[in-house]
Amino acid sequence: MKSLVLYLHMHQPYRVKHYSIFAVGHDHDYWTDKDWYSGTNNERIFKKVADKSYRPMLELLGKCLEANPGFKFSLSLTGVFLEQAAEWAPDIIKSIRNLVQTGRVEIVAETYHHSLAFFYNRAEFEDEVAQHQAKLRELFGYESRVFRNTEFAYNDDLAHWADDYGFHGILAEGWDKILGDRKTNHVYRPDGCHDLRLLLKNYQLSDDIAFRFADKRWHEWPLTVEKYQTWLDDACADGPLVNLFMDFETFGENIWADTGIFKFFESLVTQWGRSEEHNFLTVSEACDSEAPQGEISMPWTVTWADEERDLSAWLGNAMQHEAMAAVYELREDVLASQDADLIADWRRLLTSDHVYYMCTKYFQDGDVHAYFSPYDSPFDAFSCFMNCIRDIRTRIDALKTKE
Amino acid sequence: MKILMLGWELPPHNSGGLGVACLSLSKALAKLGADIDFVVPYESDHHFDFMKVLSATHVAPLHQYGGSAYDSDNIDEKRFASDRDDGVFSIRDVQRDYCRFIEQYLMSHRPDVIHAHDWLTYEAGILAKKNFGIPFVAHVHATEFDRGGASGGNPLIRQIEYEGLVWADKIVAVSQATKDIIVEKYGIPADKIDVAYNGFALPKDDDYRYDGSSYQYLEGLKKQGYTIVSTVGRFTLQKGLMHMMRAAARALSVHPKMVFLFAGDGEERDELMRASAELGISRNVVFTGFIRGKQLRDIYSISDIFVMSSVSEPFGLTALEAAHHGNALIITKQSGVGEVLHSIVRYDFWDEDKLADALVNIAESPALTNILRDGIKHEYTRISWDDVAEKCIQVYDEVSKHKRNRF
Repeated sequence: MKSLVLYLHMHQPYRVKHYSIFAVGHDHDYWTDKDWYSGTNNERIFKKVADKSYRPMLELLGKCLEANPGFKFSLSLTGVFLEQAAEWAPDIIKSIRNLVQTGRVEIVAETYHHSLAFFYNRAEFEDEVAQHQAKLRELFGYESRVFRNTEFAYNDDLAHWADDYGFHGILAEGWDKILGDRKTNHVYRPDGCHDLRLLLKNYQLSDDIAFRFADKRWHEWPLTVEKYQTWLDDACADGPLVNLFMDFETFGENIWADTGIFKFFESLVTQWGRSEEHNFLTVSEACDSEAPQGEISMPWTVTWADEERDLSAWLGNAMQHEAMAAVYELREDVLASQDADLIADWRRLLTSDHVYYMCTKYFQDGDVHAYFSPYDSPFDAFSCFMNCIRDIRTRIDALKTKE
Repeated sequence: MKILMLGWELPPHNSGGLGVACLSLSKALAKLGADIDFVVPYESDHHFDFMKVLSATHVAPLHQYGGSAYDSDNIDEKRFASDRDDGVFSIRDVQRDYCRFIEQYLMSHRPDVIHAHDWLTYEAGILAKKNFGIPFVAHVHATEFDRGGASGGNPLIRQIEYEGLVWADKIVAVSQATKDIIVEKYGIPADKIDVAYNGFALPKDDDYRYDGSSYQYLEGLKKQGYTIVSTVGRFTLQKGLMHMMRAAARALSVHPKMVFLFAGDGEERDELMRASAELGISRNVVFTGFIRGKQLRDIYSISDIFVMSSVSEPFGLTALEAAHHGNALIITKQSGVGEVLHSIVRYDFWDEDKLADALVNIAESPALTNILRDGIKHEYTRISWDDVAEKCIQVYDEVSKHKRNRF
């Protein structure tokens, strides 16, 4: 049997508006940009992506589930995505609920705020995972068995944590430098874990869709379903699983509808489902599909980003480290305040996108557009973020003096 | 390829960046094999091994601007009418002689291209183009709109500038900002203009060393944790310094440990001094007066942040000099130099809050200061005059091919 394991990730950060030093101390709303057309207007961006990607793709997924009894897939949704959906496009949550109720859609656990808390504060990390699970229970009555960390940032410590926590499976990047001769087509056991199963992203075949599908300079362009299916079949020579992990927004937002990406997806699902030799699996079914074919160790952190597959887009320069240190060092004071608004605002600042906008990696090769940001420059992103930190401090101080 | 280069100044007889740019460009062009005759409007004592310098007049160096430092406000109708015999001469007199010299020169020489720098030499360029059919490249280091600020400058200069740009076969602008002005204000088609950013040559290993002696008072403040913010230039409306002064007051209201150095002089000085007093920040503002040489480089050395607040700045070489001495740069979006740099904070010249915000954030974050300071060093060293020269050679090829087709 050849199994397609499709997993899609849904996330939108709460971007910090252009928050000036002169707002500190009196304007505690970091998230509402009054300028509708601003790059940091979260409502506008969410509604735009909802129209271009979330709605049409969810509808298509529903259609595929209906038309193909064997079709299954997995999803993950960050807490900050779900909050914005509830506020600006509640029909999306309803659509997801309908899909989950078919029993053929699995939801993967992660950090509520799409944070890198695992690397900064273990207690905060566990709080976030618990918050996220509570949110899934509340909205979908769902208990996740498989975990993924923000940006697939994975190492052996994380695997041990997930094993102890009781997760059944965990997702990570299938990076050649780690795998050596081994392939992403099998289930593995993370080094030293008892029950935890590891699934690895087949980045070549995933990126053929997510990054290259619409690239006219690609020598395989245009990518037809027939061609792609032969690649999938060839890949199965190495093992039964093809793990296609990608951002949900690949469909419609990163790659626009007029490229034919939706039609491609629909006919891929239909044609794959036709053969007796083929099936679809959710991530936990894939974890159970075979005994682990060996142990894999990643002593240092591997992510699904960039050529380097590391955290350098988030933690590659001193500004990013300073910003992270500044936000995490406030945790005790923020939580001690027991002020729900303050805690919520502080947690939104943990979202990893904020430090991603401070990335200066591209200055080396001059590829300014490689890292999307709603700010004029990484330095503006840093200033806005640090001004929020200053304001959080004033709020902590104000609450302390009240006592 | 034989190039007749028309300039108005060369170091050390320069009043500003134009001379430095012309010399650096000529040197880089010569390296690429260009055979250059460079015409200056004064009695030349220049000796370069890579080009020949010709003197168009017998005026003494630094009198080429009409006996005083160059200031377009001084060029009015009255000065135009002045007569050499009474001992007073104007820039127009020098330009007239300059044109006569070029005419004489072209009787016996046949350069492949005439390359003229700024309005000062455009009339000579037009003459060569009109009467001798020589391809004419106009290099724009600044337009009269940049020099004159909101008033639009001197109408006569604008007229000459306009005619030069119209007659030129091709225009080279020092930044996209400058190209935009040429398109918008003079209606020149965009495809006739190429952008070639100025290069930056690291100062030769001279004997400059910062010894902390020039500004001991400021060194004392630095030890107390003060951040030194500087700006260097002529105090004119175009430099946007009143905005900077108000931003300084805004920034000091949040972060009082900053001192602002206004280095230079000009018509706006008294107004700036008054404003600093009225804003209640005169204790945190230092006016150095006009400085150059070691004193100027000491300003760069002592300062932590350099601000280029210009309302309109074709390029802005001083920013790169400041970066070379380890400053973090804050530059207006209206300054050309900002177009080629990444590790800088940019703002609109009128956005005083944004400037103040950047000042405070840099002053309070060692990480931000270092990343700007170190990042910029990787960038400005890549801006090379060799690239500018290669661009010019392309332009020469284009205009001379153009000519062959036509004649």
